[in-house]
Amino acid sequence: MPAHQPGRKRWRLPMNWLGLLPFLLFSLLFLILPTMHIVIGAFQTRDGSFTLQNIRDLNTGTIPSSYWISIKISFASAVLGCLIGFGMAAAVTFGAVPKWIRAPLLTFSGVASNFAGVPLAFAFLATLGPAGLVTLWLRSEFGIVLQRDLGFNLLSFWGLTITYLFFQIPLMILIIAPALEGLKREWREAASILGASGFQYWRMVAFPILFPSLLGTLALLFANAFGAVATAIALTGSALNIVPIQLYAQIRGDVLGNPHLGYAMAFGMIVVTAAANVLYIWLRARSERWLK
Amino acid sequence: MSLWTRLTGWFALLFGLGYFALPLLGLTEFSLRARRGVYSLDAYAKVIADPEFQQTFLYSVSMALVTIALGVFLVLPTAFWVRLRLPAARPYVEFITLLPLVIPAIVIVFGYIRLYNTSSWLPLTGTIMGTNFLLAAGYTTLALPYMYRAIDTGLRTIDVATLTEAAQSLGAGWTTILGRIILPNVLVAVLSGAFLTFAIVIGEFTLAALLDRPAFGPYLQRIGANKPYEPFALSVITFIITWGCMGLIQLANRFTTYTKAPR
Repeated sequence: MPAHQPGRKRWRLPMNWLGLLPFLLFSLLFLILPTMHIVIGAFQTRDGSFTLQNIRDLNTGTIPSSYWISIKISFASAVLGCLIGFGMAAAVTFGAVPKWIRAPLLTFSGVASNFAGVPLAFAFLATLGPAGLVTLWLRSEFGIVLQRDLGFNLLSFWGLTITYLFFQIPLMILIIAPALEGLKREWREAASILGASGFQYWRMVAFPILFPSLLGTLALLFANAFGAVATAIALTGSALNIVPIQLYAQIRGDVLGNPHLGYAMAFGMIVVTAAANVLYIWLRARSERWLK
Repeated sequence: MSLWTRLTGWFALLFGLGYFALPLLGLTEFSLRARRGVYSLDAYAKVIADPEFQQTFLYSVSMALVTIALGVFLVLPTAFWVRLRLPAARPYVEFITLLPLVIPAIVIVFGYIRLYNTSSWLPLTGTIMGTNFLLAAGYTTLALPYMYRAIDTGLRTIDVATLTEAAQSLGAGWTTILGRIILPNVLVAVLSGAFLTFAIVIGEFTLAALLDRPAFGPYLQRIGANKPYEPFALSVITFIITWGCMGLIQLANRFTTYTKAPR
């Protein structure tokens, strides 16, 4: 038995790591090396020497505005997704609506959070597009023309935000429902015995406990929207200048005229999504202290 | 439960459900509008008869099957080995499997195109088979977080060490242990990972479009630009497939409760 012979155990150790070799090799070839290639390329000139010029060049042309609008859309859809998703999850968890709704809602969230991409764009075109269901209905029933009277255009900031919400809300429900389950009934009872009102219970007990998971989920939703490519391309073509669309055009045809600037754009995307995810993981670890 | 809470609860729920129902309703309604004045299935008939639809759909289905096979071959032995022999490696392996959620898919495929182009050390994009393999590897990477988590959860419910030792005492090799002992025991978990992979791959756009492969997602985007009703019919079909995959996961998970009960 290796446990009784420390000397032999040391010899067996490298053999154990061999079992992970296929997995490590695969992730090295198809995940880590390609990403490293982009990251390193972002700091190189065309002839391969080190430079920070590509990163500085991110501040030229349409790139800053595309980052800005991407961040705005991702943030808006993350905040709204958090609020609406929280409302729905709270409604089914705290018994404001019949309990049996919970299971179908979670199943549906599982589907809807995966229903992104090209089909989602068509769903919203068919609803809020120029000949969409809601557009036509508003015009025939109320004489409201979306574009003219409300200034709404699907190929815009709000249009994309509303579309993204379709996968943001379900993702929020999937993540926050278990956290809401974790709020113990005893906490509420203890609070009310001490004379707290419902509002005070939420403000002083439940909300501080949920706060890390709420903020963490917000970060995750933000990253989720920031990296979404297919929906945006199918919906807007190249009408809206957001980062994934610009990077897509750059990969297809070097529209920036400098391949290494493309690397720098991709690197910028990694930085934004990585920052959001690190925030999520850190806050999640904090929230697990209470919500076991 | 006060009346006020009840009302806000119902309001939040109904608002959300309305928000989800409308686009799906709009999509279905639009896809039926192909014949002027009446609802018809014309768009569906036209799209299903389109040979390009059949080819791209078949391509994406076979891609999904290859991805599932690759994913299971890669993840099952790894997760098994980590549970059995290398619990210390667990955080590192988990970290790697979560990376595809952090790095946007468009960045990963950008790296593929630059790293494996025709003038590189491994010119995968030079041949059709090579590009197909690269696409399958890319899909496996995208599905890695879900596949790993599904299988690892499955492995948690069985006693890996005892099963392995029992099999070894009876003279089983590693292939037998993995294929005939572990796999049947976590089949439900593997299946739910597989269905999720299928749902991800079937309509995927970014990787297939940038690697220039004739998959279903890029086809859908392309006809969206020049056909009036067909893309909407196709989107309905895609939604039904996604829904079907998720339903199968639920079904598979229901079976676990039965296999777990005697323990």
